[in-house]
Amino acid sequence: MYKVLKKTELAPSILDLYVIEAPKVAAKARAGQFIILRIDGQGERIPLTIADFDREKGTVTLVAQRAGKTTTQMGKLRAGDSIADFVGPLGEPTHIENYGRVVTVGGGVGVAPTHPIARALKEAGNEVISIIGARTRDLLFWEEEMRKVCTRLLVTTDDGSYVRKGFVTDVLKEVMDEKKPDLVVAIGPQPMMRAVCNLTREYGVKTIVSLNSIMVDGTGMCGCCRVTVGGKTRFVCVDGPDFDGHEVDFAELARRSALYREQEKDSLDRYTQRCQCHGGEH
Amino acid sequence: MAEEKKKKVIIHNKTPMPAQDPVARSRNFQEVALGYTEEDARLEAGRCLQCKNEPCRQGCPVEVNIPAFIKLIQEGDLDGAIARIKENNPLPAVCGRVCPQESQCEKYCTLGAKHDPVGIGRLERFVADRELGLGVTLPGKAASTGKKVAVVGSGPSGLTCASDLAKLGHAVTVFEALHVAGGVLMYGIPEFRLPKRVVQAEVENVKKLGVEIQVNSVIGRIDTVDELLERYDAVYLGTGAGLPYFMDIPGENACGVYSANEFLTRTNLMKAYLFPECDTPIRVGSRVAVLGGGNVAMDAARTALRLGASESWIVYRRSEAELPARHEEYEHAREEGVKFSFLTAPTRILEDDKGWVTGMECLRCELGEPDASGRRSPVTVCGSEFVLPVDVVVVAIGQGPNPLVPRTTKGLALTKRGNIVADESGATSKPGVYAGGDVVTGAATVILAAGAGKAAARSIHRHLTGATA
Ligand SMILES: Cc1cc2nc3c(=O)[nH]c(=O)nc-3n(C[C@H](O)[C@H](O)[C@H](O)COP(=O)(O)OP(=O)(O)OC[C@H]3O[C@@H](n4cnc5c(N)ncnc54)[C@H](O)[C@@H]3O)c2cc1C
Ligand SMILES: Cc1cc2nc3c(=O)[nH]c(=O)nc-3n(C[C@H](O)[C@H](O)[C@H](O)COP(=O)(O)OP(=O)(O)OC[C@H]3O[C@@H](n4cnc5c(N)ncnc54)[C@H](O)[C@@H]3O)c2cc1C
Ligand code: SF4
Ligand code: SF4
Ligand code: FES
Repeated sequence: MYKVLKKTELAPSILDLYVIEAPKVAAKARAGQFIILRIDGQGERIPLTIADFDREKGTVTLVAQRAGKTTTQMGKLRAGDSIADFVGPLGEPTHIENYGRVVTVGGGVGVAPTHPIARALKEAGNEVISIIGARTRDLLFWEEEMRKVCTRLLVTTDDGSYVRKGFVTDVLKEVMDEKKPDLVVAIGPQPMMRAVCNLTREYGVKTIVSLNSIMVDGTGMCGCCRVTVGGKTRFVCVDGPDFDGHEVDFAELARRSALYREQEKDSLDRYTQRCQCHGGEH
Repeated sequence: MAEEKKKKVIIHNKTPMPAQDPVARSRNFQEVALGYTEEDARLEAGRCLQCKNEPCRQGCPVEVNIPAFIKLIQEGDLDGAIARIKENNPLPAVCGRVCPQESQCEKYCTLGAKHDPVGIGRLERFVADRELGLGVTLPGKAASTGKKVAVVGSGPSGLTCASDLAKLGHAVTVFEALHVAGGVLMYGIPEFRLPKRVVQAEVENVKKLGVEIQVNSVIGRIDTVDELLERYDAVYLGTGAGLPYFMDIPGENACGVYSANEFLTRTNLMKAYLFPECDTPIRVGSRVAVLGGGNVAMDAARTALRLGASESWIVYRRSEAELPARHEEYEHAREEGVKFSFLTAPTRILEDDKGWVTGMECLRCELGEPDASGRRSPVTVCGSEFVLPVDVVVVAIGQGPNPLVPRTTKGLALTKRGNIVADESGATSKPGVYAGGDVVTGAATVILAAGAGKAAARSIHRHLTGATA
C-alpha cells in the first residue's frame, strides 16, 4: 500500500494534487517519466505523469484531472488514505541537454508534467521560456512553481479571465516570432499538442510531445498504447512517452483514445449515482 | 503353472475427465475440466503397466518419476505420490492442467501405441489439488548461507528458481513488474483453464519458504540489473516473452485490434469480464477473429465467446494438422463453438471512417514445402481474396522477449531475436547473472520454464557456495 501524504484541490472538483509516499520511485524518478497506479483491488491501472519528486522525503507528486471514474474516485482520497498499487518510474526520461533556447508549453493539466522538464532543462544551462495556459483562471495552477524553474514565464487563458486572452499557441507564435527557439516541449490535451506541432512545423522548430495513450501494464507487454510515429508503430509506455511531435499520427491517437468512451461514461455514471445514494460517501 | 504370467487386463480408454457442459461453459469463466474424483484416479492409475524402461518419464522435460508416483496412487498413498512428483516438478497443480501432455509424457506412454495413453497429467493434477486442499507441508530448508539472490520476474521460471534457492538456504527477493505474482499464469492463461486461486496457492507456498516477493517493481526502471548486483550475490532473469508481435499489415492499429496479451490481460488480470464491478473495460464485439493457432489463440477465441461474442473465429495460415495448440484446448474450443478458418492469411484490416474494424481481408493458402521447422509452409493463392466480416481482431501470432532488461543491462549477450543467451545451467555472458524460461528459449511451456529455473538454482548454488545441490 502507498500512503497519500497530501491531497489538495487545485481547482475544486476538477484538478487534484497528490503527494504519495513512494521512496523507491522518488529515488529513481526523472523528468518526463510517469507512474501507473491502481486505487484498490477492483481498480483500473491508470498512468499519471510524475509532476514532481522529493528524493529526501521519498515522495512523488501527481496532478490529476477528474476525467472519469478512477480520477473522480481518487478525488475522494484524503491525506492518510492509501492506494493499493503504485509502479514506476516508467517510460524513458525526457532527453535533457543544452539546446540553447527552449520553450515549454503546458496546457491545462499538462502544466504539471512540464514542471520537472523545465527545471531539468534550466539546470542544463538552457534559456527556458515556459508558457502555461488554461481554459479559464480557476483551472490555472502552479504559476509560482513554474516561475521558479524557468527563465521567463508567460501565462494565458482561453477566455481572458486572467493575464491575457488567447491560446497557448498564440503566445508560442509571438515567442517564436521574437526569436526562433531551438526546441519546443509541449504537453497537454491532444488537440493542443497537435496545434502546437502544426505551428512549429511551419517554423521548422523541433517539438517534443508527451503522449497520453490508453495503457494497461506500462511495461511493453500488451501493446495497447501503440501509436504510429514516423510511419512506424511504437509503444508509448516503453519507447515514449516523449516523441517528435511532427512525426506523430495524432488522428490515430485520438481515435484510439476514444476506444472505451461508452464504457467509461457508463462506469462514471454508475459511480456518481452510487455515491449520491450513499450521501456523497463512497 | 510356473510359466503362467499374471496377465494384466488393459483398460483401453482413458478414464474420462469430468467437465462442464460445453454450452454452459462457453458463457462462463469457471474451470472447464473439473478434475478426477479419487475413484477416477484409482481407475486411471490402475491402467499403468509400470514399464521398467520408463518411456513416459523420458518424455517429461523435468523427468517426473511417473511410474513411481502412479504406483503410489495405485497403493492409495496419495501423500507419497505428490511428494514424488514434487521431487522434480514444483508446480504440479499447474502442469497437470496446462502441460501439452500429448507431445510430452503421454506421447511416449507404452499404452499409447494401441490404446489411449495413461492420463498422466490428470493424475498429477488430482494429487496436487488434493494436497492444495489439505494444506501443503513445507519441505525442509537448509541453514542460511548468508547469500542473497535477486530473481526478476515471477512467472513459473522465476518462482521455481526462487523456491529452490530458498530451500538451499539463500535469501531470495523476487521483483515483479505487475501488481501480482505469477506471470503468464496470472495474466495470460484464462481462469477457465487455470483458476487463479491455484496459481496464488503456489505463490503462497513460495512465500512460506521465506521468499520475499516485491510486486510493482520494474527492473530496468526502478533498479537496473547492475544495481541489483551491488546488493545481491547473483541475479536470475526470468522475465518471459511478453512482447507481443503484430502482423505488420495495414489497419493493425484500428480500434478493435488487440494483441492477445492485451485481450487476455484485460480479462484475466484486470477482470474486465466483471466490468463495471471492476473498472477495466474491454470491447468484445459481436464477431471476433483471432489470428494464430497456438494455445494463446485458443485462449483468446474461447475468452471472446465467454465475453459475449456471437461468433469467434480462429484464422490460421496452415492446416489443422499443424496447429501448435494443446490438443485438448483445440477440442474444447471446437466443442464450445469456436469456428476455424484454416489455410487463411490476413492481408489487411478494414475500418470505417471512425477507425473501427469492419472486416478482415484474407487470402487462401496452400501448403508448400516443409520449412526450417519441418512444418509445411503456407503459400498464398493469387486471386483468392475474401473478406471475413468481423468487428474485433485479436493478434496471437507470438511473442518476443521484453527488451527492457536487455536494453538497460551492460554486457548481456543476446540472440538476433533479442533473447538472452544462456547455457543449460542458466549462466549468461555476464558474471553473476543467470537466465531461463521464455526469455531464453522464446515462448515455450510452463514446465520448460520451471525446469530452467530449477537448473539455474542448482548452478547459482554452486556458484555461491561451491557445493552441488
Ligand atoms: C503517460 C501518461 C501520462 C499521463 N499523465 C497524466 C497526468 O499527469 N494527469 C492527468 O490528469 N492525466 C494524465 N494522463 C491521462 C490519465 O491517465 C487519464 O486521464 C486517466 O487514465 C483517466 O482515468 P479515469 O478512469 O478517470 O477516466 P476514464 O473514464 O477511464 O477515461 C477518461 C479519458 O482518459 C483516457 N484514459 C482512460 N483510461 C486510460 C488509461 N488506462 N491510460 C491512459 N488514458 C486513459 C481516455 O482516453 C479518456 O479520454 C496520462 C496518461 C498517460 C498515458
Ligand atoms: C495465453 C497463453 C497460454 C499459454 N498456454 C500454455 C499451456 O497451455 N501450456 C504451457 O505449458 N504453456 C502455455 N503458455 C506458455 C507459458 O505460459 C510460458 O511458456 C511460461 O509462462 C513462461 O514462463 P516464464 O517464467 O519464463 O515467463 P512469464 O510467465 O512470462 O513470466 C515473466 C514475468 O516477468 C515479469 N517481468 C518481465 N519483465 C520484467 C522486468 N523488467 N522487471 C520485473 N518483472 C518483469 C512479467 O511481468 C512476468 O510476470 C501459454 C502462454 C500464453 C501467453
Ligand atoms: S510435468 Fe508435464 S510433462 Fe511432466 S509428467 Fe507432468 S504433465 Fe507430464
Ligand atoms: S509408459 Fe505409460 S504405462 Fe508405462 S509406466 Fe509410463 S505411464 Fe505407465
Ligand atoms: S501499456 Fe501495455 S504495452 Fe504499453
